[in-house]
Amino acid sequence: MGVVEVAGVGMHPFGRHPDTSTTDMGVVAVRAALAEAEVGRGGFQAAFCGTAYGGVACGHKVLGALGMTGMPIVDVEAGCASGGAALQLAASAISSGQHDCVVVFGVEKMPRGIIRSSFFDPWQEEAGLAATPGYFALRAMRLMHTSGVTKDHLAAVVVKNRRHGAENPDAMFRSEVTAAEVLESRLVCEPLHLWMLCSPNEGAAAVVLRAGTGTGVRLASAVLRSHLPGSVLSESTPMSGLTDDAVVPPTTLAARDAFQESGLGPEDLDVVECQDTDAARELLSYEELGLCPAGGSAELLESGATTLGGRLPVNPSGGLLSKGEPLGASALGQVVELVRQLRDECGSRQVPGARTALSHTVGRGANAGVVVLQR
Amino acid sequence: MPVRHGLFVEGPPPALVCGRCGTCAKVHFPRALLCPYCSADTVDEVHVRGPGTLWAFTAVTAPPPGYAGDVPYGFGVVELPEGVRVVARITESDPAALSLDESMELVVVALHTDELGRSVVTYAFAPGS
Repeated sequence: MGVVEVAGVGMHPFGRHPDTSTTDMGVVAVRAALAEAEVGRGGFQAAFCGTAYGGVACGHKVLGALGMTGMPIVDVEAGCASGGAALQLAASAISSGQHDCVVVFGVEKMPRGIIRSSFFDPWQEEAGLAATPGYFALRAMRLMHTSGVTKDHLAAVVVKNRRHGAENPDAMFRSEVTAAEVLESRLVCEPLHLWMLCSPNEGAAAVVLRAGTGTGVRLASAVLRSHLPGSVLSESTPMSGLTDDAVVPPTTLAARDAFQESGLGPEDLDVVECQDTDAARELLSYEELGLCPAGGSAELLESGATTLGGRLPVNPSGGLLSKGEPLGASALGQVVELVRQLRDECGSRQVPGARTALSHTVGRGANAGVVVLQR
Repeated sequence: MPVRHGLFVEGPPPALVCGRCGTCAKVHFPRALLCPYCSADTVDEVHVRGPGTLWAFTAVTAPPPGYAGDVPYGFGVVELPEGVRVVARITESDPAALSLDESMELVVVALHTDELGRSVVTYAFAPGS
């Protein structure tokens, strides 16, 4: 398999941009990534676009606006992991030798508030069972039950990520918060308060990949996995599951594959961006990715390891809790952050000497994406 | 009228319409044509009545998309003796009044009145006596 290198990255800041179209945000991100990579018209042979709400031919509209069409353009929907799915396809196209340069991007414009998803049947909506934050809350409660996580730990995740996000010009929320303020924010679904949940929003991110020499930031692995059946609180959002707590979650399936493919393990990582759709989801990700033993997430957080300055900073970008979550763009937003970390470009939020990084997204489908980057 | 036909029987006593695989014996809900665990087409309909035990719970405080009923409402997962955990509304909307592993009874509750004046009902679980 050939070496896949990240030749360039670009972002349109995540936030609320009522006067900017989905296409225009995509243009900003793709143009920036192409410029960094010094790739122009005709310089790439395929494009992959991750989006969940972007509609028909979303990627074609972006490349059409750039005046760069003719190559295969593939739009990819995989919920919160859409960008990860697009990246996986793009990386395969290069490592297999099919192409030597491809563009991957994610774009999204989400309405405010609880996400309305065509995933649910009308009867589920009518019965009040399409309550996405309710599922997050049930998952949080089980984590509290099995791992000794408390509401104070959930607040501490928010405080950590918002502190990181205050240093990120591409984040939506750029102010620090206190644990007391988090716990005083409106209760959405016990134990989750409003500030413990990320905000669906708008933005774009882009990455140019090429067959590489191994001298720049290398894409060591990009994996996408779906769920195995049986877990009632799986991101696949079933109406029932088994009384079996041993079903391996999709995040763990993807992480195992990514570590195997890259020949690396959790102990090799210097920096991680993981899915913090809600504060409990970040802690659950520590366990599912193998950053700590099962049941050890509260202890890992308390140790300070996952804060900037710690042994393994998690979400130095501020995470989705600071950036907001434009579904199709969120996974590539993580990759952009990590590439900049590995290039030592992150200034006040830089993880010193970072050489190995992992990005993780998981969401409805279920889909879980894990990307390992190395310099 | 039920929020969807084929999900539950109103009774009394009410029951969830589940599928039990004739090949791997696992139980799923709602009943499907093929077993979601082993793909076999040997699914039999079984009616699951409970009681069960409360495995996870919360309350939904803001109406989610497409929902016309009252808030807050209880929302949780109940584990049933047939080896299945089911996502359901919980009749108690104050999480402080619930506890893990408590006994839960299957009930049928009203959701809202539709445009033809009919009461739309669904399955739910209520704390046992």
